[in-house]
Amino acid sequence: MTLLAASKYRWGEAILRQLFFVCAFISVLTTVIVIGILAVETSSFFEEVSVTDFLFGTEWRPLLEPKAYGILPLLGGTMLIVVGSSIVALPVGLACAVYLSEYASDRARNIIKPVLEVLAGIPTVVYGYFAISFVTPGLRLVFDDVQIFNAASAAIVVGVMVLPMVASLCDDALRSVPSSLREGAYSVGATSYEVTARVVVPAALSGIFAAFVLAVSRAIGETMAVTLAAGATPNLTLNPLESIQTMTAYIVQVSLGDTPSGGLAYKTLFAVASVLFTITLVMNLLANKVMRKYQEVYE
Amino acid sequence: MINSENAVLEARDVTIRYGGHAAVKNVNLSIYEKKITAIIGPSGCGKSTLLRSLNRMNDFIDHVTQDGEILYRDTNLYDEGVDPVEVRLHMGMVFQRPNPFPKSIFRNVAWGPTINGLPGDINLRVERALKQAALWEEVKDRLDDSALNLSGGQQQRLCIARALAMEPEVILMDEPCSALDPVSTARIEDLLFELKQNYTIVIVTHNMQQASRVSDYTAFMESGTLIEYGDTDQVFTRPKQKRTEDYVTGRFG
Ligand SMILES: Nc1ncnc2c1ncn2[C@@H]1O[C@H](COP(=O)(O)OP(=O)(O)OP(=O)(O)O)[C@@H](O)[C@H]1O
Ligand SMILES: [Mg+2]
Repeated sequence: MTLLAASKYRWGEAILRQLFFVCAFISVLTTVIVIGILAVETSSFFEEVSVTDFLFGTEWRPLLEPKAYGILPLLGGTMLIVVGSSIVALPVGLACAVYLSEYASDRARNIIKPVLEVLAGIPTVVYGYFAISFVTPGLRLVFDDVQIFNAASAAIVVGVMVLPMVASLCDDALRSVPSSLREGAYSVGATSYEVTARVVVPAALSGIFAAFVLAVSRAIGETMAVTLAAGATPNLTLNPLESIQTMTAYIVQVSLGDTPSGGLAYKTLFAVASVLFTITLVMNLLANKVMRKYQEVYE
Repeated sequence: MINSENAVLEARDVTIRYGGHAAVKNVNLSIYEKKITAIIGPSGCGKSTLLRSLNRMNDFIDHVTQDGEILYRDTNLYDEGVDPVEVRLHMGMVFQRPNPFPKSIFRNVAWGPTINGLPGDINLRVERALKQAALWEEVKDRLDDSALNLSGGQQQRLCIARALAMEPEVILMDEPCSALDPVSTARIEDLLFELKQNYTIVIVTHNMQQASRVSDYTAFMESGTLIEYGDTDQVFTRPKQKRTEDYVTGRFG
């Protein structure tokens, strides 16, 4: 009789297992289909435009005559956002994490953590609006030649946007450093600054690095805020006060416009998306690899 | 109980609480110069808490409050003007589990003296500490290797070297052998005899044989109270308190 009950139980388990398998399979299938379509459309784009022109051309003008398909201005625009947002998010995020894990009392922690989560939960379109209506006017008070749409204001809000993620991941990395290590450092007469800066942070370095890589990867993929605030001017420049266009903003622009599907202009979407996808994929793999390494260190 | 000459450290009526719970209750204890003092007692009786109060390690635990005095040559370590970092320069510590820094063997030993600007040649200092900790022969050719590649016993001796490099006056050890095999344990016990010539040692241990072998004085604690303190020989062979006798014979025989 007990044997019978056991087999009934397993029967239910088998169904559940099938169900989970189907769910997992669907998500894998979706990924494969997306990558497949990207690959097909991108290769048909490259039948008409040479790879070198695409990768090294300095003019991006796929919708107007004379047409040009060099992705560098878009890449450059994205890089301006990445660098600018990193300058905001990485140091502040790390400092925030050091405060949270090494100095904050439980009470302070219980206030700051939820605030960071709220910051992370704000819709990105709100950040974009905030950039246009507050950050850009603010920049104009300080600098002269600030264009209405500019890379700097977008970069600043993207920085604020990824800051909670950096702070939270760095906090995890710092907290995973065993407290016995801190005690060892204190026991040889270290001050709390020395313990933090010279033992804890170095011990958590790979986790911190992984957090940085993920932050950069998110800044690269960020779309709404940069579309709203950074402009739609493919522009190979180092000046953050000018209007630029990022890869993501270009994809939005074309997707929303009336570009006929099937044409070359339409295929540029997939070519740009492939570049975007490749970069973020590489960044995420890198972060994963680094993260796994740091998990091994203290096991 | 014991003549009070040469007390380096003296706990006077020390009570330590975690929140409301008293882990150490009204303890009076003298630690004598260049002797080994063992603290024994059942798990949770407050040995580590008491030991950590001697170098202000409990400062890092939230909600700890302490009453009474810890005198270090007539200075109360908990007086307002006393800098806890300075306290730890005089009281080195070795922990239950080896906790080397994830740095090279050399840097593990050199780090403390360097950040504190201790005088003299750092290479000599590291070499001397590693020799005293009986580790030099095993690591002298690979000082730049990561300390994490050493065996558990070697790591613990490295941690002892790390404490010795600071040339403290007192070394506090919290069950330094509990994570080690018998061979490594024997090496560390031998080491304690050597170190006794120059250092005052306080060692917490669960191992009765170890306490009776290595220590000069033994303190027996039970649920936060110091039950008996005296010559190790006397505590183990002619305990004055019934409870000490029960504990010692129960574990011993
Ligand atoms: N960080 C802490 N917070 C709250 N209570 C604690 C803390 N550390 C220890 N205690 C409590 O204080 C009492 C004494 O603990 P302590 O670690 O000093 O005992 P011990 O004698 O060292 O035990 P063991 O032999 O198991 O190491 C125990 O009841 C323990 O639960
Ligand atoms: Mg203990």
